[in-house]
Amino acid sequence: MELSQERRENRLCLQAVGEMTIYSAAELKPALLEVLGRSDEIEIDLSGVSELDTSGVQLLILMKREAAVAGKALTLSRHSQAVLEVFELLGLGSWFGDPQLLPADATGRAAA
Amino acid sequence: MSLDLGDALQTFFAESRSLLQEMEEGLLRLETAPDDAEAVNAVFRAAHTIKGSSGLFGLDDIVAFTHKAENVLDRVRNNELALTEDLVGLFLGCRDHIERLLDITADGVEMDAATRQQGEALASQLGQYMGQPAPTLPAETNEPVQSVGGGRVADDTWHISLRFGQDVLKNGMDPLSFLRYLGTLGEIVHLTTLDDALPGAREMDPECCYLGFEIRLSTEADKARIEGVFEFVRDDCQLHILPPGSRVADYIDLIEALPENNIRLGEILVACGAMTQRELDESLALQACESARQESPQPLGEILVKRQIVQPELVDAALTKQKEARHRQAQEARFVRVHADKLDSLINLVGELVIAGAGVGLMAARNKDGAMMESVSGMARLVEDIRDGAMRLRMVEIGETFNRFRRVVRDVSKEIGKDIELVIGGAETELDKTVVEKIGDPLTHLVRNAMDHGIESADVRLARGKPAKGTLQLNAYHESGGIVIEVVDDGGGLNRERILAKARDKGLIQAGDNLADRDVWNLIFEPGFSTAEQVSNLSGRGVGMDVVRRNIEALRGTVEIGSREGVGSTFRIRLPLTLAIIDGFLMGVAESHYVVPLDMVLECVELSASASRNEGCDYLNLRGEVLPLLRVKEHFNLKGRSSRRENVVVVTAAGRKAGLVVDELKGEFQAVIKPLGTLFERIRGISGSTILGSGEVALVLDVPALQDEAARAGSSGVMV
Repeated sequence: MELSQERRENRLCLQAVGEMTIYSAAELKPALLEVLGRSDEIEIDLSGVSELDTSGVQLLILMKREAAVAGKALTLSRHSQAVLEVFELLGLGSWFGDPQLLPADATGRAAA
Repeated sequence: MSLDLGDALQTFFAESRSLLQEMEEGLLRLETAPDDAEAVNAVFRAAHTIKGSSGLFGLDDIVAFTHKAENVLDRVRNNELALTEDLVGLFLGCRDHIERLLDITADGVEMDAATRQQGEALASQLGQYMGQPAPTLPAETNEPVQSVGGGRVADDTWHISLRFGQDVLKNGMDPLSFLRYLGTLGEIVHLTTLDDALPGAREMDPECCYLGFEIRLSTEADKARIEGVFEFVRDDCQLHILPPGSRVADYIDLIEALPENNIRLGEILVACGAMTQRELDESLALQACESARQESPQPLGEILVKRQIVQPELVDAALTKQKEARHRQAQEARFVRVHADKLDSLINLVGELVIAGAGVGLMAARNKDGAMMESVSGMARLVEDIRDGAMRLRMVEIGETFNRFRRVVRDVSKEIGKDIELVIGGAETELDKTVVEKIGDPLTHLVRNAMDHGIESADVRLARGKPAKGTLQLNAYHESGGIVIEVVDDGGGLNRERILAKARDKGLIQAGDNLADRDVWNLIFEPGFSTAEQVSNLSGRGVGMDVVRRNIEALRGTVEIGSREGVGSTFRIRLPLTLAIIDGFLMGVAESHYVVPLDMVLECVELSASASRNEGCDYLNLRGEVLPLLRVKEHFNLKGRSSRRENVVVVTAAGRKAGLVVDELKGEFQAVIKPLGTLFERIRGISGSTILGSGEVALVLDVPALQDEAARAGSSGVMV
């Protein structure tokens, strides 16, 4: 799992690429939390996520919750096919409340 | 609509038919007792369940129509509408229409115009009872089909509560894959992810699992299979499975058992569709009330039952629900639905076992092995018990078949304008399922016949000094190893002169013939026989009296008629209890073996030398009684040495006695009856074959047919 950051005006864009699974969870948690402290408006781009498991979902839930507690805005964007499938299964799409793009679109972008 | 749901759909059809049956019984009961609340409920429940299950299979036509009927029924149930005779008639019509719709679906054909029109006509009639024009169809088909006041919480969905242990991920398992696999068992209707256990950022271990799930799963799998999904994490998760139709109290118990906040869990259950908001509110209010009084709160389910003083109307509802649920469970526990084929193959195997057992017995006897013979006889007794038990599995009460005739009698009496009451006797008499299935048609014909031709119109009856209301009886009872079914009417009886005249016209008898009453009555079973007055629209259905007799004979049964002018007539059908295995009596004639059902054998006597020598003599003086003899050897044209001594087996069937002359008496024998091939279908006097322990074939004698032969040979050619 690789994280790359990019600042657009006030917003911090985080691009996650690779597997968001138990294998990377231990290092991902501090990295994500660290990002949370650096901006009031954060967007996580999920288009590069090739696999998502329970631990990855937990981290996303954690991020969303921590952001809400700290009064910051966290949005998830450009969900990849793998992410969409898991959100669909767990009924989490509306919980996160982020607009989800059509799967075809998401894969297209992920491939690009 | 795809109909490849196969087995489930077949079960649905079978269940729906029995529900329709219940509905009909309820309606007929209501016709005489319109205040019977239990019957109203039964009818409503049946309609409701049919609607619910049709919805599951996407049978929108049935759902839409049944829904309309159910609305009106609901008004009746709430005493908003009085149950008039017309209304009962309308509901019966609706019942028939639903049956028609089911048939159409089962056949996989499109609804024809006539059915559609009939459905619309019924719907508009129903609409009148609703006091408003019937709402348009699409709006109704979209209506959710569950929890319209029925006893259960929701229709068919399992509720699964899942809390994974923290170590699941470390053990290399991903809860997501279990959920995906669960999805293959059926359809996950709803899934809520619970993150309540997820601690704050600091304490959260990214490699631990904190999630829980509330799942609504629509599936045909059983509990064991659902549990099996989680087999690998069984020790590592908290799993609660509530079957479809669980009580509200069960859900309350579940809420109690789970770690999360009760209110929040309750909301999730409501969101899932597991229970309604009202049910939740009331239960939780009760619980709050209770915990305020007591230090240690009781489980909510108990409170629901106990706190009658607090909120009587709620507890009443809950109690009713529980009672219904318990009642259903009790019923389900008492019956196992088994495919008839499985039973048949079991009976077949038992049959083979009987034959094999006989073979062993024969071997032991041949080797004169005493110890062996003893254990064989012990085994034979067990085999006999198994046989009886297996046969009993197929026994069903005839009452169900009889009850069908309530509707027939009601409809026909309306149609022909006669007031006729049906009296059923011996409904609990049991007989083989295959026999029951096949007796329906002939019985229907006899019943219709009795109502149409037997029972006179009211004015004729009054003129004859009888009550205006005619009575038709259906009776069943056991008699000498068989079952007797009687159709009795108190009508005018058969007209001997008219039948004789008709028979002479047809050339069935000669002008000078002097026939006994029973022979006269039997004439009406001749093909093409019907006196002019007997033709009416009711005698249709393509089943004549000759077909009735043929159907009954195909079951190895007989039919006889008793009739008294002006008093009534009785059609008496005698059937063997079973078609598969009988206790037989084995006899040897020349080189062949013959079997008669043991129940028919009265006694065996030796044929005295003088009677034996006198070939012309076809009678035996049996203690002063004239016994017609039938020489089996001559009848079947058997060649072979005459034995030194001949025996007479005295048999009785349908109240007539006859003597079968045979060479050798071999004693009791369990016969597994195998049908004869089509080639031998027309042979008179033989009804089947069976295999002896030695592998030889023995023929089963058809005693009534042989008796006819004997009587015919004995009487000097009166019958043609």
